[in-house]
Amino acid sequence: MIELIDVTKIFNQGAVNEFRAVRGVSLRLATGRVTCLQGPSGSGKTTLLSIIGCLSRPTSGRILVNGERISGLPERFLAEVRRRTFGFVFQRFNLIKGLTVLENVVLPAYPAGLPYKTLIDAGERLLRQFDLISKKRLRVEFLSGGEAQRVAICRALINDPAILIADEPTANLDSHLSAELMVLIAGLQRAGKTILISSHDPLVVESSVVDRVITMRDGTIVE
Amino acid sequence: MRASSLFFTLILALTGLFLVSLYHGFSGNYQLEGKLAATCTFTRELGITDLALFTEARYTRHPSQADLHAAFQDHPLALEHFPTGSLVPVPNRLRQ
Amino acid sequence: MKRILRTQQYLIDYTLSSLGRRRGKNFGLLLVYTLIVFFLASVMLFAQSLKREAEIILRNAPEIVLQRLIAGRHGLIPGTYLQKLDPLPGVAEKRGRLWGYYYDPAIKANYTLMVPGADPPACGKIRVGATLARVRGLQPGFFLNLRSADGGIFSLQVAEVLAAQSELVSADLILLCEADFRSFFHIPDGMYTDLILRVRNPSEIVNVARKLTVLLPDTRPILRDEILRTYDAIFNWRQGMVLVLMTGSVLAFVIFAWDKASGLSAAERREIGILKAVGWETADILRMKFWEGAIVSLTSFFLGYLLAYVHIFYTSAMLFAPVLKGWAVLYPHFRPIPQVDGFQVATLFFFTVFPYTVATIIPSWRAAITDPDMVMR
Repeated sequence: MIELIDVTKIFNQGAVNEFRAVRGVSLRLATGRVTCLQGPSGSGKTTLLSIIGCLSRPTSGRILVNGERISGLPERFLAEVRRRTFGFVFQRFNLIKGLTVLENVVLPAYPAGLPYKTLIDAGERLLRQFDLISKKRLRVEFLSGGEAQRVAICRALINDPAILIADEPTANLDSHLSAELMVLIAGLQRAGKTILISSHDPLVVESSVVDRVITMRDGTIVE
Repeated sequence: MRASSLFFTLILALTGLFLVSLYHGFSGNYQLEGKLAATCTFTRELGITDLALFTEARYTRHPSQADLHAAFQDHPLALEHFPTGSLVPVPNRLRQ
Repeated sequence: MKRILRTQQYLIDYTLSSLGRRRGKNFGLLLVYTLIVFFLASVMLFAQSLKREAEIILRNAPEIVLQRLIAGRHGLIPGTYLQKLDPLPGVAEKRGRLWGYYYDPAIKANYTLMVPGADPPACGKIRVGATLARVRGLQPGFFLNLRSADGGIFSLQVAEVLAAQSELVSADLILLCEADFRSFFHIPDGMYTDLILRVRNPSEIVNVARKLTVLLPDTRPILRDEILRTYDAIFNWRQGMVLVLMTGSVLAFVIFAWDKASGLSAAERREIGILKAVGWETADILRMKFWEGAIVSLTSFFLGYLLAYVHIFYTSAMLFAPVLKGWAVLYPHFRPIPQVDGFQVATLFFFTVFPYTVATIIPSWRAAITDPDMVMR
């Protein structure tokens, strides 16, 4: 369960171009549910996602995961939490070019120092699950959009995190692939994952897979 | 094979060769006097004072025997024109 | 502990594939780095080897060489001075030395003509150094024609070619008998090029030298110690040829490391951001960058050093030969005897591996500690 208490994020604080991306957001996200953050661009949903996923720190406010406070942690512990608890799927996938599919997938687990065979087996298991095993030695530049996204999802899952965060997952997909994605997400939820998506795509927002929709505008939640 | 395993093999091989070269060099240190024995005798008998490395000019051929004028053999304002002249510094005693 | 080792191996895997992604550039980098180490190590090994050889060989030079100065120039010294040295205690042997230079216009080379103190060749015959013999195509039985000061031709027969082993001191030598030497150079009987003195007790040498300057005020003694220091200065890394040869490559290296340290490209920064976003912490990023620097510098160091070792000790420093030769026609063939100064090798290692490794980590510092939210945009 993720809890946000009065979280604010200000960029360039004190400067002329000060910008309040998130203003005093308080939120509770239930475990095992699929939640969707919707809102126009500039509403702060991307910033909020990055704060929840420990990619950036809030200017003020607290974040708790399963009752444990993570917002004030030093960098080392924050990175470990980020690795163990969250899996991130970026809008632009952010796969590392020049590396193969399998290398990209197992990358986040390197700092964990698992035995080699264990790591490779886990990676291949995920690739099989998402029907990518035949492409494991292919360099990621040569993947199609849908394949690249599935690789990004596998990468997000390699450390078996409890929470999966996806930022505008359907932005680069056609309707057919978008529908397929929602099916994948449903499957992950059934497997016990908590899923948080940001999107302004009606296909996602109005999908039956989504349990709760939170609307944001100008950095705050609109109800 | 993993890239790191290949690299480890390479580095191990290079380190091995490096250690061999060190051993070779250090043991050579001890053989030096023996290998030069004949040359040493020759030097002693003839009263030789310099190596015959720089045979370009007189002051480079016997740098230890050079007098103040040797380097100016052609002209008092002669600029250094022998290439090895730049490699052979003025003997200490002439600088005192 | 095992976990840490496994993580380091994964980081090395990543670094190697990262280096492999820009294969051309990184191969060029490795090549340049190796060349620089090769050059530095070659200079170091060569200078060290020659320095030691010079030291060992020239320890056999005469303890004192007495030169006569006429108007500040080296002039002939009368043999009667030898009698004047009789009262000097500590002088075990003394004799006059006859040696001089001859310029041969046929091959534009300088020869050193010398009369040996004992066992001279028969008059009319000469013993020649191996280099001279090689360049002039001389063998025992052949004749060498030299032009004396008055224009006359001296035809001397080669009795023996001196051992190639001693080429380092005898490359350009022509040994001949005293009578031939004097008539060739028009040096009157009783005059010598210089006098050499043997002093048994090393601690006495300075005293003897001091007394010499009093006894024979128009002479200058050259001590063996000064001879050794002259050669030490030539082969010392702080002076002489070593400094000349090393400065260029040290400069090249500084430019090299500077270029590396001048910052990351946008693509590299983005990649670090992605790695942080998927869960690598700052320390992992920095360790990875450390491996990047270490892999390149270690490989280059070993390759460069080994190539230098082969270059100096198995090809007789063939790349340096032209530098040492200059315009000389006669340059001795000699094989530097393998030997190594551990301290110098360690210094070379430290000064080549360390700066480059640091130069790879430092520019990544900023990117490594930044929060990765920029990859969201």
